[in-house]
Amino acid sequence: MILIIAVLTMGGLGLFFAIGLAIASKKLKVKEDPRVKKVMEILPMTNCGACGVPGCSTFAVGLVKGDIAINACVAGGQEVADLLAKALGIDSATSVRMLAVVLCRGGDKETRKFATYRGDKTCASADLTGGEKSCSYSCLGLSDCVVSCEFGAMEMNDNGLPVVFYDKCIGCGACAKACPRDIIEMHSESMKVFVYCKNKDKGPIAKKHCDVACIGCGLCVKDCNVEGGIVMKNNLAVINYESCPQDDSTTKRCPTKCILFDEEPKQIKEVFSSKAMKVASGS
Amino acid sequence: MNIILIFLSAAIVNNLVLAYFLGICPFLGVSKRLDTAVNMGLATTFVMTLAAVITWLINNLILIPYDLPFLMNVTFIIVIASLVQLVEMFIKKMSPPLYRSLGMFLPLIVTNCAIFGLALFESLRGYSLLEGLFFGLGGGVGFTLALVLMAGIREELEFADVPRALQGAPMTLLIAGMLALAFMGFAGLLSV
Repeated sequence: MILIIAVLTMGGLGLFFAIGLAIASKKLKVKEDPRVKKVMEILPMTNCGACGVPGCSTFAVGLVKGDIAINACVAGGQEVADLLAKALGIDSATSVRMLAVVLCRGGDKETRKFATYRGDKTCASADLTGGEKSCSYSCLGLSDCVVSCEFGAMEMNDNGLPVVFYDKCIGCGACAKACPRDIIEMHSESMKVFVYCKNKDKGPIAKKHCDVACIGCGLCVKDCNVEGGIVMKNNLAVINYESCPQDDSTTKRCPTKCILFDEEPKQIKEVFSSKAMKVASGS
Repeated sequence: MNIILIFLSAAIVNNLVLAYFLGICPFLGVSKRLDTAVNMGLATTFVMTLAAVITWLINNLILIPYDLPFLMNVTFIIVIASLVQLVEMFIKKMSPPLYRSLGMFLPLIVTNCAIFGLALFESLRGYSLLEGLFFGLGGGVGFTLALVLMAGIREELEFADVPRALQGAPMTLLIAGMLALAFMGFAGLLSV
């Protein structure tokens, strides 16, 4: 008997609230722009946040309203921009592809170890104690960036440095945020010249820590034929990405080979994985 | 007089968040900005007050007469979930920016244990309908108070030089603990 009453009570209450909510949803209905749904279908729905708004649904609303540029979706790139333009009946603009660049080449071979780190295996916590390498600006090598990448576009190579796969990176910038030492930066695809070092120590000290450190000699600054294309800041060559010429004129004379032209390895994931397999199997 | 005592007790002395440690999730999650915190507090207060009244009615008119107190938890959850749905629709209609800024935390009021705890306390302590109403209102005001205090402190904290290891969650938890300690000072004020 009590069972029947219990079932009836629950059922009755459920029905009561269901009807109440059904009426409320009719009364409080919000008309949504049908274009928003259309845009949502085109977007990659990765919710990566690279466009600057939280999530693809916010992006869709902003785009329809006109607050967001049509080519702002970094993850989708040109393809999505074109599709969106077609769906909304407006002109497509060229989308700039952004790529993650790892600005440190001090792997296990090039750097010295001055300690053994036994803590939590994340860069964020290793950074608090200083990590294993003596250079306090270097890559910590504990792959926070690889973990943060939702697109499988990063992996650690056998030298303990992260590699960005050209074919997988969508430019969301999650790795750049994850890196506690700000070694990873987001740059447009057309950028070719990079200083692969963040060391602000004086030349001799930097050289002692790492074979490929920027020693602040200033040769690249002299070689740069555009005024202010490269400047020295705290013993470190810093590229002005807007004016520095994208050729090898500045990179030839670097004694430590830390400024390089077109060196960003256009790694394709399959090729990298198969190479790693070969090394592992010893063939 | 009793009603005022119950209200003050729920709002300050036995603050649901800072004395019972209920509803910590929105307390930490929505306390980043003052205006969002106030609105979240108001939404929760609304749900709490209505939930206190409706659960009292269900409890005393259906569950107890038919000897079904074992259905208490389930029915209370249904009531809270429906109310939250209602509030969500209402906010979506009335204020889309607020709807967006509350985000996931709005539907998550359903799982806010402060509301559920409040409904259970109410039936446990055998309040009358009017007492229950003020208990719910007091609980909501107390929740809003805790949220607003926290948000105010966290906004000021943006300009403070926090050690790197304590930035974000650790600092927030420390502050929550200190707020709770401060609220213990009210403990001798009244006992209901």
